[in-house]
Amino acid sequence: MDQPFARIWGEFRENRVAVAALAVVLAIALVALLAPLIAPQNPYDLAKLVLMDARRPPGYVGSGGYVHILGTDAQGRDLFSAILYGLRISIQIGVLAGMAALVFGALLGTSAAYFGGRIEAFIMRIVDLQLSFPAILLALMLAALLGKGMAQLVAALVAAQYAYFARTAHGAASVERSKEYVEAALSTPLPAAIVVLRHILPNCLPPLIVVATVQIANSISLEATLSFLGLGLPPTEPSLGMLIANGFQYMLSGRYWISIYPGIALIVLIVAINLVGDQVRDQFNPRLKR
Amino acid sequence: MLGFVIQRLLQAFIVMMVISFLVFLGVYAIGNPIDVLISPDADQRVREMVIRQYGLDLPLWQQYLGFLRRLIVGDFGRSFVFNMPVLDLILSRVPATLELTLAAVLGATLLGVPLGMYAGYKPDGLASKLIMGLSILGFSVPTFWVGLVLILTFAVTLGWLPAGERGDTVTVFGVPWSFLTLDGLRHLFLPALNLALFKLAMMIRLARAGTREVMLTDIVKFARAAGQTERTILARHVLRLISIPLVTVFGLEFGSTLAFAVVTETIFSWPGIGKLIIDSISSLDRPVMVAYLMLVAFLFIMINFLVDIAYAALDPRMRVRRA
Repeated sequence: MDQPFARIWGEFRENRVAVAALAVVLAIALVALLAPLIAPQNPYDLAKLVLMDARRPPGYVGSGGYVHILGTDAQGRDLFSAILYGLRISIQIGVLAGMAALVFGALLGTSAAYFGGRIEAFIMRIVDLQLSFPAILLALMLAALLGKGMAQLVAALVAAQYAYFARTAHGAASVERSKEYVEAALSTPLPAAIVVLRHILPNCLPPLIVVATVQIANSISLEATLSFLGLGLPPTEPSLGMLIANGFQYMLSGRYWISIYPGIALIVLIVAINLVGDQVRDQFNPRLKR
Repeated sequence: MLGFVIQRLLQAFIVMMVISFLVFLGVYAIGNPIDVLISPDADQRVREMVIRQYGLDLPLWQQYLGFLRRLIVGDFGRSFVFNMPVLDLILSRVPATLELTLAAVLGATLLGVPLGMYAGYKPDGLASKLIMGLSILGFSVPTFWVGLVLILTFAVTLGWLPAGERGDTVTVFGVPWSFLTLDGLRHLFLPALNLALFKLAMMIRLARAGTREVMLTDIVKFARAAGQTERTILARHVLRLISIPLVTVFGLEFGSTLAFAVVTETIFSWPGIGKLIIDSISSLDRPVMVAYLMLVAFLFIMINFLVDIAYAALDPRMRVRRA
């Protein structure tokens, strides 16, 4: 089991940019995970917020007695802490939505390939139709229709993104479906679900993993956009997008830091994930094999 | 071919019906428009009158049937907030969005194709690597954040350009346009740039990939052998050969640019349909939301339908496989 991983890692290591990007992703994930230990303040504890400290520039020493290295926002939150906690929410939503879309899309795509005929045509027609809709518009509509909240937001993101996984899984599974090992499995009295899950699905995983890395970055970006438009999470626990949105109105008066620093954190995260995704895609792409 | 067209038309119709039902249900399920419509201190009589006027007292299925009937004749009702017919309201906002979208797509194409061709012509050059790096950034960075940075840089810090609204407009055929005045152009520039960046990144990638492929073909070899200059080869032959996929994408992307316009319009307070839909979502202006969703769904289903038909007309295999 560890040999293929060693091979993949060995190839991955050759691309220095991708390795650096992976390090950045891991570092951000670690920092987000340890946010309660690192952050000087719990930004969600409303009792700790002092309005006197609101909208102070980076370097300001607040009533808490410590330096707000990135300044404070309109509620007097320490921006550095808010960003760390915001990263937690953004990553959480991105991974949750990405994984849910992966599971749902993969099941749909592989089932379509397994059953074939009318069911396949029906499922893939819906998927195709949905792919022609911009994901952001779909997520926007759903977020508007479903209302605010974590579950609603994740549902909107999954609905906007599962089609990419379904398309990919269907393509890979159609190829596997016609191979002999699947026919052999089918000739045994195994139930269809087992054949799909245990035999077809594992062989469709590489392309799905590639799509997943890109889609997690897209989920994070979509969530930030929706939150920025006021359609994401409730404002008591701001994600990065919400922090940026909250700072927007103060930017015109020159208080740039409330929007800019959360934005930088967001972009570093997304670009790093995309760079890792690019390398993984190249590695799994047989046309680029030496 | 006729059978295929009819089948696709039927499919489009069914999808449209399903969407209309979902949209109706979804919009019906959220919020209570009565709270928005009627001030809390209005008496019971006024409340009932307004509820009856908008048909909010009928059972759900009757409201849906009435909704469908009105939809077919193009009556989307009156906006709760603006108190004017929704169709008129949306149509009055369309020119602003159209102007912005066209400016962005055209700008992205006029700039992106030459840059992409250069990057494809000299793939190992330093400038090419820079162009490609920028295009990755254009793909990754969320549109709304680029908008913020543009405002911060050009409007707040440098003070060169305005940060919102359309500026002076000139009315042509009863429609106000910004791009005909200097002030309007100044207002148009930043939002159009913001909207264009994603398309620009894509145009660069497409043009580069196309150019790299075409440069290896015999056409270029023969053109070189005939003594044509590199400039002529690029401008006359390569551009023409890569333009077919570019035009396809240009057309398809027009629809998705409309989607991204929602974000850009909100940031730059550009009074188009994107800003309208965000405003109506936050004020629970249901007729506007429903009309917008239905119109966008209709637009995309139409685009899809036409693309299917066009492909089928061009490639007979599609008719058999996809039927």
